[in-house]
Amino acid sequence: MGCIYQTEENPHFQYVLGLADDALILGQRWGEWLSKGPTLELDIAASNLALDLIGQANLLLEHAAELEGKGHTADDLAYLRDAHDFRNHWLVEQPNDDWGVTTARMLVFSLYQYCRYEALVKSSDAHLADIVAKALKEVSYHRRFAAEWTIRLGQGTEESNQRIQRGFDMLWRFVPELFETVCWEQTLADDGIAVASGTLQDAWEAEVTLILTQANLSVPKGDAHQFGSRHDGHHTEHLGTLLCELQFLQRSYPTASGAVW
Amino acid sequence: MADDWDLYEVFIRSKRGSSHKHVGSVHAVDSRLALESARDLYTRRSEGESLWVVAAKDILASDPLEGDALFGPAADKIYRHPTFYEIPDEVGKM
Amino acid sequence: MYTTDLRTAEEKAEEARKGVPRSALDTDALEAEFQARIDADAYIEPKDYMPDGYRKTLVRQMSQHAHSEIVGMLPEGCWVGRAPTLKRKMILIAKVQDEAGHGLYLYSAAETLGTSREELVRQLLAGEAKYSTIFNYPTTNWSDVCTIGWLVDGAAITNQIPLCRCSYGPYARAMVKVCKEESFHQRQGYEALLQMMKGTEAQKRMVQDSFDRWFWPSLMMFGPPDSNSAHSSQNMKWKIKRFSNDELRQRFVDATIPQAEFLGVKVPDVIVKNAETDHYDFGELDWDEFMAVVKGGGICASNRIDARKKALEDGTWVRDAASAYAEKQQVATVAAAE
Ligand SMILES: [Fe+2]
Ligand SMILES: [Fe+2]
Repeated sequence: MGCIYQTEENPHFQYVLGLADDALILGQRWGEWLSKGPTLELDIAASNLALDLIGQANLLLEHAAELEGKGHTADDLAYLRDAHDFRNHWLVEQPNDDWGVTTARMLVFSLYQYCRYEALVKSSDAHLADIVAKALKEVSYHRRFAAEWTIRLGQGTEESNQRIQRGFDMLWRFVPELFETVCWEQTLADDGIAVASGTLQDAWEAEVTLILTQANLSVPKGDAHQFGSRHDGHHTEHLGTLLCELQFLQRSYPTASGAVW
Repeated sequence: MADDWDLYEVFIRSKRGSSHKHVGSVHAVDSRLALESARDLYTRRSEGESLWVVAAKDILASDPLEGDALFGPAADKIYRHPTFYEIPDEVGKM
Repeated sequence: MYTTDLRTAEEKAEEARKGVPRSALDTDALEAEFQARIDADAYIEPKDYMPDGYRKTLVRQMSQHAHSEIVGMLPEGCWVGRAPTLKRKMILIAKVQDEAGHGLYLYSAAETLGTSREELVRQLLAGEAKYSTIFNYPTTNWSDVCTIGWLVDGAAITNQIPLCRCSYGPYARAMVKVCKEESFHQRQGYEALLQMMKGTEAQKRMVQDSFDRWFWPSLMMFGPPDSNSAHSSQNMKWKIKRFSNDELRQRFVDATIPQAEFLGVKVPDVIVKNAETDHYDFGELDWDEFMAVVKGGGICASNRIDARKKALEDGTWVRDAASAYAEKQQVATVAAAE
């Protein structure tokens, strides 16, 4: 599969792909916790989160493939694109590190994803609106899960407070990217298909601040404004490694050469 | 040991209109966490729409050795059951 | 309803003082009543009288079973990231997650006999408790994961279905739940293998290789032959075990060989249908290998326990935090009430 990313080309497809990739990459990260969690109960919780997210990714990728119109399947899109064609945000590709970083990331992202999906329920793309309406229920649980654990760790012990604060501090530099309104995203928003990410920031900030305060944590200071992957296909180093694992079988035994999974 | 978390018993109502039924237990440090774990563990296949959790230590169970004393006396109160009464067929269904 | 009998010595003394006739009744009568109940196919419940041997055997068996579910997550869990399609990935996550659930159901059932999960896990990590040796073999390719579903879960189901009628209520109830959930594990594995056999030569080789490596160990999951199985007859009398190891093993072989043939893998030459008995003969298993693996000789034995230890150690601060938080909440609630 060649390079499919052209900013001008099929922004609708790019947009849905971006939603899908966020869910896919974060789902893959949650899958890494399975059998490694702090308790067996949390192993189960982590795999529920992974299942929700990968399920969302699957539906969104199917829809993206339709919009692309080149006969690709959801699996083609997940397994045969190289890093520069992935439209996910930097935040979700960061390694899990410890439970503190993972929880901090989940709070930041699920609040964001909730705001996004909530707006997209009214999308003029009816198929997208359907997918998102179902996903919204899942994300509302994710948000609650992340908030409760943020508070639990923030208020728990000195060590847990430091660890989750470290998570927020480490990840905060990836926050501005979430609220970048890319030029073509604005066009899609004007058409009622997408939501301009910039418009979500105030609501998100209010919620995150509320929860961090309740958790005895401080809101990190914003970092240098950086452009995200949706502009030029740049990612952090971690996405490549993640894709090595994710795509290994399809790359080694290509369906195109007759492999069946 | 800090890891010795409490046992919570889990009850699920499978649908509105029926009662909560015991399904098993989870370990948790407080009832909120117990509720979350119960949701993750016991409702993966849409088994329910309402959950209760209760700390196992708060449950007082009857002693099986007292079983006869507690439950035996009900056994011969046969007049509590409708089949005790004979109604002539002519009366019809009652 | 089952709850853990974790009453303290004081509580028990208190009951005795109140005249609960526990000590007054003589043990022989209790034991006779216990056995009569089992013979009548009734269940034993947590607070019922039970002989020490019964309790010990059950705790050992349930904890071994629970540990197997949890350790069994490792060889499959390490393939979640590499599953070849999104569908397979979701199936595998759901499956491995189920195994965690099974572990929890079984730990809870074991806890009803007064040994806490923490203690059972401690025994596992200290090497004092066993788990199914099959999980000390490595999963070296994707078809191993599918083969585990087909053969290992298949063997487990064969073992577990009779346990749904085991005499100890909480164990039987846990097994009912487990068996209900297991049914998709075997099918998904077999179906995934069927797909691969429609693929390339390399994929077919992979499937054959997995079958060759997992088939014999899966037969060993039923335990040593009846001729030298230590606790069998007593366990049968107690209805903790309802069929012998060899009976169950035969049942599994008889079901599996036609499946293997349908799949299109080459079955070992020693396996032949016996026209007289209508069963498959499969010769002697390599019990030396089995014993070596039981004693920790499997190539992954230490990795498995190390992985469990690491998960537990890495998570200590999280569990501590949750405990501390719960304590603070409680203090706050009490303070607010005052
Ligand atoms: Fe299982
Ligand atoms: Fe299983």
